[in-house]
Amino acid sequence: MRQIAIYGKGGIGKSTTTQNTVAGLASIGKKVMIVGCDPKADSTRLILHAKAQNTVMDLVRELGTVEDLELEDVMKVGYGDIKCVESGGPEPGVGCAGRGVITAINFLEENGAYTDDLDFVFYDVLGDVVCGGFAMPIREGKAEEIYIVTSGEMMAMYAANNISKGILKYASSGKVRLAGLICNARKTDMEFELISELARRLGTQMIHFVPRDNQVQRAELRRMTVIEYSPEHPQAKEYLTLAQKINDNKMLVVPTPLEMEELEELLMKFGIMEEEDESIVGIAEQAAA
Amino acid sequence: MSDKIRTVEGITKESTQAMIDEALSVYPEKARKKRAPHLAPNDAASGCASVKSNKKTVPGVMSARGCAYAGAKGVVWGPIRDMVHVSHGPVGCGWYSWGTRRNMMSGITGVTNFAMQFTSDFQEKDIVYGGDKKLKTLLAEAHDLFPLAKGISVLSECPVGLIGDDINSVAKTSAKELDIPIIPCNCEGFRGVSQSLGHHISNDTIRDYIIGTREFAEPSSPYDIALIGEYNIGGDAWSTKPLLEECGLNVKAVWTGDGELEKIAATHTVKLNVIHCYRSMNYMCKVMEEKFGIPWIELNFFGPTKIRESLRALAELFDDNIKQKVEAVIAKYDPIMQGIIEEYKPRLDGKKVMLLVGGLRPRHTIGAYEDLGMDCVGSGYEFAHTDDYDRTAPEMPDSTVVYDDPSEYEFEKFADTLKPDLIGSGIKEKYVFQKMGIPFRQMHSWDYSGPYHGYKGFEVFARDIDMAINSPTWNLVKSPY
Repeated sequence: MRQIAIYGKGGIGKSTTTQNTVAGLASIGKKVMIVGCDPKADSTRLILHAKAQNTVMDLVRELGTVEDLELEDVMKVGYGDIKCVESGGPEPGVGCAGRGVITAINFLEENGAYTDDLDFVFYDVLGDVVCGGFAMPIREGKAEEIYIVTSGEMMAMYAANNISKGILKYASSGKVRLAGLICNARKTDMEFELISELARRLGTQMIHFVPRDNQVQRAELRRMTVIEYSPEHPQAKEYLTLAQKINDNKMLVVPTPLEMEELEELLMKFGIMEEEDESIVGIAEQAAA
Repeated sequence: MSDKIRTVEGITKESTQAMIDEALSVYPEKARKKRAPHLAPNDAASGCASVKSNKKTVPGVMSARGCAYAGAKGVVWGPIRDMVHVSHGPVGCGWYSWGTRRNMMSGITGVTNFAMQFTSDFQEKDIVYGGDKKLKTLLAEAHDLFPLAKGISVLSECPVGLIGDDINSVAKTSAKELDIPIIPCNCEGFRGVSQSLGHHISNDTIRDYIIGTREFAEPSSPYDIALIGEYNIGGDAWSTKPLLEECGLNVKAVWTGDGELEKIAATHTVKLNVIHCYRSMNYMCKVMEEKFGIPWIELNFFGPTKIRESLRALAELFDDNIKQKVEAVIAKYDPIMQGIIEEYKPRLDGKKVMLLVGGLRPRHTIGAYEDLGMDCVGSGYEFAHTDDYDRTAPEMPDSTVVYDDPSEYEFEKFADTLKPDLIGSGIKEKYVFQKMGIPFRQMHSWDYSGPYHGYKGFEVFARDIDMAINSPTWNLVKSPY
């Protein structure tokens, strides 16, 4: 069983990419479980065709304690026999969502959710690893392969670099490794080259460049992955390719995160950012021109 | 304060320092460096602290400290009897701090006292989803069940601080809805280095939420005082309060032993604050001094010598009427006390005692032992600060060992060298020393006895100390040490 965690900046498309990729793996005959580690609980919607399901924490709240919970109450099976679990958690601003992730994953372990017949377990984790709870999927004995979803946008790259720093910390004490960047294209300038270079600097690979296509949104509106909605569409082929690449991937590395200056220098090298011109700081485009 | 410097035969600065050095010699260098400033021979003449204090405990050695929550729940808030005290968080903190301090209470449970264990009993779901709503429900239910409770304190346990439950806002809305004072106290256990910060935080909440919100019903008099830092351990307040009243003073409020919320709230109108436990309540004395111009005096009511000194110091602050009454009280009790001393001193004369207690007794009880002919050969605190050690220096014989936040190892080592006839400390130390064949009294709780305060208390104290030291049991014990 390979356990894989997907990280990346909030809103970059982690959940969409994960579910489409997992659907791809399912369609080549792999047994997969998705564990959603985000209180928004939207990591399995496209597989289950349902907007929300009973999350682990919601049921814990309803029943009183985690001991009263049964695995079948929270584990649903969707497209391609993919098993789906959502940790759930509080609305923003209250309680401790991180503890929710810890509680949910402990519950899954104790109740035998990690069965031997599974080929892959995917953890789809909230954008920012704000506390120990969201690092739970990459602790000892859990996910050892991390994929970071990013785009050519500065902040997404910045987040990818930060996540690499987190992986480096855990890699020094455990087996967790960076397995690659997934570029979820935003059609920014020189995006392919930029992310390939960022991957190289981080010591890893850009495992796949997923082009932007509105077919993804059309499928999402119908609560489906592209692979299920339109298996013949070129975008479905992209996700299948990504799934195959992940299936075959052997390149697991301890990342070499960049310094902030190095990251900015990279953006300059690709002409995304002007040479240091302090006069433009804080001035709108028109005013600057 | 004692006027002459006392010494104990066989104890010199050099002998004490040698004992300390030997104890320190087993530590790794880093621990040794950290612990060294916390152990020193007393410099009685200086009137200054000889040790460093109020620092983080050195890891790897057992210490006897509590946490901020313990200081808030156990010391300051818990003894107020007509309030409901809510331990907000998982059940253990509230349960294991319930009724363990022997701060005695009058009243009828559920009517005029609420010495029960109230907790929000956090489960996983409360950590994840927050405990605010549960707290709100709890407050309404507690008020429903116990409508006679004058107020509710909400004492935060650790997880509340981690998940950011906004107890202050819940307290505010619930106080309005239920029309009773609800006081949020952010005393999460992980804050600070000992229970001491919990005292300070609690004092601050009394300042912010309670003081000045009520007035006494009866008209004020020039003899109105409050007894601060008196927690009624083993009934101490029931000895000191009548004593002060016998001296002609009106004790309007006791903080917080057998305490009543509304009297505490009206304390800003008294003429003088008399403080016993300086460490835990000096903060509010200073606040009342600055804000309401109320002077305060720290007094010691352990043993007839200290009581006499204290009552006369107190009388100095009042008119001749009080001065006469005080002299009459002293004249009345002195012969009784002399009788007690004559009974017990022959059996206790020259005996040595070592102390390790909380924030007041390591210095305040020394005089009582001395009244019985005993010498204090070592003393120290769990959570005192420099100003406590300043006050300790003149109370202890010169060159005797002062230890701040000592480890069990250091304490045992010193006892092994000094061979005291009695050790006064807590429940965790008790059996260690008894097994060494050393008589022991628990001096946090008065060992299921008390009161020890005031004239009434000295008789009990003398009897207990005699019983502990001169019990024939010790002749039957063969210590392996």
